[in-house]
This record gives sequence, C-alpha cells and structure tokens, in this order.
Amino acid sequence: MTERARRVLDSAKAPDARRRRGNSVAQAGRDAAFQLEACVHCGQCADACHFHRVTGEPRYTPIYKLRPMLKAYQREAAPFSSAKKALGFAPPEVTIEELHAWSELLYDSCNLCGRCTLVCPMGIDIAGLVRRAREGMAAGGFAPPDLVKAAQRALDTGSPIGVRWPALKRQIELQEKETGLRVPVDVEGAEYMVVLTSIEIMGFPEAIGALARIFRHAGATWTIPSAGFEATNVGVQMGSREVAAALLSRIVEAAERLKVKCVISPECGHAYSALRWEGPNLLGRRYGFEVVQIAELLDRFVREGRLRLRGKDARRLTFHDPCQLVRRGGITEAPRRLMDGVSANSVEMPGSGAASFCCGGGGGVSAIHRAEGLRFAAFECKKQQVEATGAEALVTACGNCRNVLEEAIEHYDMTLPVLGLTELVAQYLDNDGR
Amino acid sequence: MTAVEILQFARGPALGASLAVLVAGSLWRVLGILRLGSTPDLSEPRSSRLLAGAMRGIFARMLPRKEFRHGRDFGIWNAYAYHVGLAVIVFGYLPHIHFVERLTGLAWPALPEPVVYLSVGLTFVSLFIALMERLTDPVRRLLSGFDDYFSWFVVVLPLATGMIAIHQSYAPGAAPAPPLDPLPVALHLLSAELLFLWLPFGKLAHAFLVFASRGVTGAALARKGAIL
Repeated sequence: MTERARRVLDSAKAPDARRRRGNSVAQAGRDAAFQLEACVHCGQCADACHFHRVTGEPRYTPIYKLRPMLKAYQREAAPFSSAKKALGFAPPEVTIEELHAWSELLYDSCNLCGRCTLVCPMGIDIAGLVRRAREGMAAGGFAPPDLVKAAQRALDTGSPIGVRWPALKRQIELQEKETGLRVPVDVEGAEYMVVLTSIEIMGFPEAIGALARIFRHAGATWTIPSAGFEATNVGVQMGSREVAAALLSRIVEAAERLKVKCVISPECGHAYSALRWEGPNLLGRRYGFEVVQIAELLDRFVREGRLRLRGKDARRLTFHDPCQLVRRGGITEAPRRLMDGVSANSVEMPGSGAASFCCGGGGGVSAIHRAEGLRFAAFECKKQQVEATGAEALVTACGNCRNVLEEAIEHYDMTLPVLGLTELVAQYLDNDGR
Repeated sequence: MTAVEILQFARGPALGASLAVLVAGSLWRVLGILRLGSTPDLSEPRSSRLLAGAMRGIFARMLPRKEFRHGRDFGIWNAYAYHVGLAVIVFGYLPHIHFVERLTGLAWPALPEPVVYLSVGLTFVSLFIALMERLTDPVRRLLSGFDDYFSWFVVVLPLATGMIAIHQSYAPGAAPAPPLDPLPVALHLLSAELLFLWLPFGKLAHAFLVFASRGVTGAALARKGAIL
C-alpha cells in the first residue's frame, strides 16, 4: 500500500490537468452531483468564510473554490453534458493555469471547517466538496509542495515531520520519569490503543503523561504501538486517497496486531475525521475495533464514575471548538461537560459550536508555508470571538489548533495560554483512594 | 397568424410541448444524477436515523441559523419576498387555479384579488432588487453567469406579461373561453411556457434539486452526529 502511494506521489510530480479532471469526475458521485447542481449563486457562503471576511476578496467565496470541479463535472458527467458538448454549450476544459490558480483557493484559503456548509440554504456540503476537489488536485499534481513533501516524509518515516519511534520512545521515557508511571508499549490485548500526533509528541509531550495518569485512575489497560503510532494523516489533508490509505493502514494493522478493542484518536481534529469517518471507506473495509476520540473517552469515564475529579480551575476559561471534532464530527457536548467538570468559570465564545471560527490552520493550511500570512489574517475572526469572552486561558482538544493558536496569539502580541483538555482533566483527578 | 390563433397555439401544442419538456427534462436531470451512483459508507454511524436527518436537513435550512443572520441579510429576506410572492401569484390567483384545474382537475380556493395584485407589485420590485444585487455585489457578480441572468429573465417575463393580461375578462368557471383581447393572454402563456422549457436545464431546477441536496447533506451530517 505504501509503495502504491509512493508511485502515485511520484506520478503527480508533473502537473497534468487531464489526470485531475478524470479524478474529479470519478469522485462526483450521486450525492456530490445533487449538491453541485443545486447552487443558486446566492453568495451566502462568502460571509461564513473567514478568509473572505478578513480580505473581502470575492475569489475566497467557498463555492467559487469548486469552479474547476464544477466545470469538469458539467463537461463530463452531468445530465445533458453530451448534448451540451455536441451543441457547443458545455464549459471549456479546465486549463493547467486555472488549476495552478485554484491550488491557492482549494488549499491555502480553505480549512475544510464547514461553516460554509452550515450556512448554505441549498444544503450543499461545500467543505465536503472541497475535500473531494482536493483529490482531483492531488492526483493531477496541483497540491502544494509543502503537503507533498510532508506526505513523502510520512510514507518514509511514519510522520509528516519525521518523528520516528526512537523520538517517541525518548518522550515516553521522560514522561515516565516525570509521572512515575509506566507507559505501556505494544501490549497485546489492551483495551485501548492510543495513537498520537507528531505535534503532541514533540510540542506537548506532557499529554502522554496525562494519558498515563488518566488510564491508571480509570483502571483501564492501554498501550501505545511502536509502529503505527502516528495519527496525523497528511494524505487526507492533501487529498491523496492512496497516501491516506497507506497511513491509515499502519494504525489499523497495529490495532489488529495488538488485538485491542478500541483505538483512541488523540487531540487532533483531522486525525479523528481521517480515522473515524474516512478510514473504513479509504481502506474498503469495516474496522474490527471501535474508534473513540479522547474527549469522548474521558467524558465516558467521568460519566461511568471511572474518573473522579476534584477541584476546579478558577481562571476564566473558554473552549475553542476544533472544527472536525465539533461542527463536522459530532463531538459537541463531551468537551463541554469535561470543561464544566474542571473549570469553575467556563464561558462560551459567541457562536460557539455551530458558528465557531476555525483557528485558521485546519485542513492542512498550517503546513503550507506560503499560506502563513493569510492564516494569521484569518485568525482575526477567531480573535474577536476569543476576546469577547474576556477569557484568561483558552482550552482546546486538538494539538494542531493549539499550535496554530499559540503562533497566532504570539503574532498578535496577545497574552493567553492555550491548554490541552486532556492535560487539564488529568490535572484535576481525585487521586484519594486510588 | 391572428391573435386567436396565437392563443390557440399557446393553449394547445405549445403548452403540451413545454409541459412535456418540463416533465421529461426534470426526470432526465434527476435520473442522470442518480445513475452516477454512490458507494456505501463503511464507517460506523453515530446515528442510523438517516431519514430523520434528511428531513431535518430539508426543513432546518428553510430559515438561516441564528448564528449566521448577518452579512447579506437584506438579500436573504429579499429572496424570501420573491419566493413567497411568486407562490401567492401562481397558487392564489383565480385564473391560475382555473388553468391548473383544466390540466389536472385539481382546484382550491383563491386568494382575494387585492392580495394577489399587491404580491405582483412586491414580487416585481423584489426581483429587480435581486438583479441589482447580483450586478453590484462583487461576490454574486463573480458567481453569476448566463444561467443566472436568463433564469431571472424567464421568471420576470411571465410576471410582466401577466401584469398586462391582468384585466382581461373571462367567462366564470374553468371553461377555456377566449378573453376579449386574446393577445396579452397568449403572450403570458407563451412566456410561462418559456419558463417551463428552461426550468429543467438551468438553476431554476433548484425548485426540486434543493430537496435532494439538503436531504443528502442532512443524512450525511446526521450519520456523524454533526451539527445540521
């Protein structure tokens, strides 16, 4: 599977508009077609998109980002397309220049956050269609070079930033020393297998110690696999089904090798989306295990009485909704219940949940260097939501959001710590009698 | 061709042909999409109540979510104005009900004429505002093409010809008696037939595609337990 993914990446090095078109048309199944056909060009999605809001640029209108996909669909697959082509009414073929131009629109200026999907009166899942359009772009060789390089690194090393097992092992050892607890590795038959993101491993390794404390407290058996530990899936972000499937298969193989009942998706929005919702479809088979996001698991433990909390953070805290967990992933209440459990002064941002703004780095944007300026500009919308709360600290359940938020906060000279929800919960465990 | 012959043509072969194109074209468009097929979603659903999700998707989007009621607010409410106005005119005006009754045998009580006339005026203004917005708003101008402007034209045309034909006197009841001056009615019918001919091929097909689009998204989001 990895070799196939490498071949696909290599073949995409030379941009090819026809390969992209063929892929786009093939991806336009029934549901996508109903949505592509229903647009009335009302422009409401523009107001939902933070990239449009901060720049005022009409080309950042979400539905406009789908124009090459729509043209390819209308020319090749839509009803009446043959007749329209014969009569000369079909749209012209998408050119290589258009695709180069749209690479910025489909990648740099879209976080796949799904605000546009919620606002569309026609019910078009614009974010979902952008995700599909990226598949055509990746197949044609129009994905941003940074994402392609990250995909190559992920195939070669297991991680988009080159984090290999020895690096994780070192971090585990440090956390074991810090907590005095053992972090189980490659334990066959454990209830839970935890996968991590490179951002967590290198940037927030205390999350590993927090997990050790939580699982010990809950009395649950768990393990981290030494192979297949990376949850980040750059294949999903860039739109390469082959790369995505190759990376996912490593996690699935680890889970099957270790015969675990449940795989815990870490604090990462898109990793959850990749593993929970896209994985079985990319691999073409159902899993033999359950996939649960860490916030869901913690909430489940608390409600079952397996995790007892004591004390609360007195600061004014607000929760940043990771788009792929909350708006797109259905995990809305669990993090809020956890926040209420550990915070004495938790406040919601305006528009929290449905209308929460993305941190600006989702959908692979944080990995695209050329998009950095635009990402910081887009953060202005999130900044306003955060500032309206008067919060003293920001909490989130996604390592990528956390990283991006910290960078943006520094960029805007704000002083606001960003906390991980798992670590916050671990901090308030009631260890009496345990 | 005399005015009476034009009216006979509009009421006879033109009406039959345009309705046939409307029905066949709409079916072709829907079947053409359905034939693309779909692959089963193998992920474990959070909710299996997909039909309920689809229905919620269809009805929930009839009003903008409160979190998003800003920005293009005037355009949104203007769109409600001409949609409701057109519905009042098409389904509430007695001659239109007679027209449907002749075709299908179905009839219902009409709205008072002043209500319909007021709707005509408001809808006409509202449609012109919609056009102005499309021409002046940078986002809508960028998104718009021939389909948008021609669709606007084929909606406004029957409204305009209908206004000309509005004071034609008819024999009471549903009998297809000719009006005193047949030409305005003939032109009104022909303009409506142009709308029937265009509807399946352009964006006006959102009249039926909206339910499918909202439905599939509603079901997909409900499957994940995501926000609808």
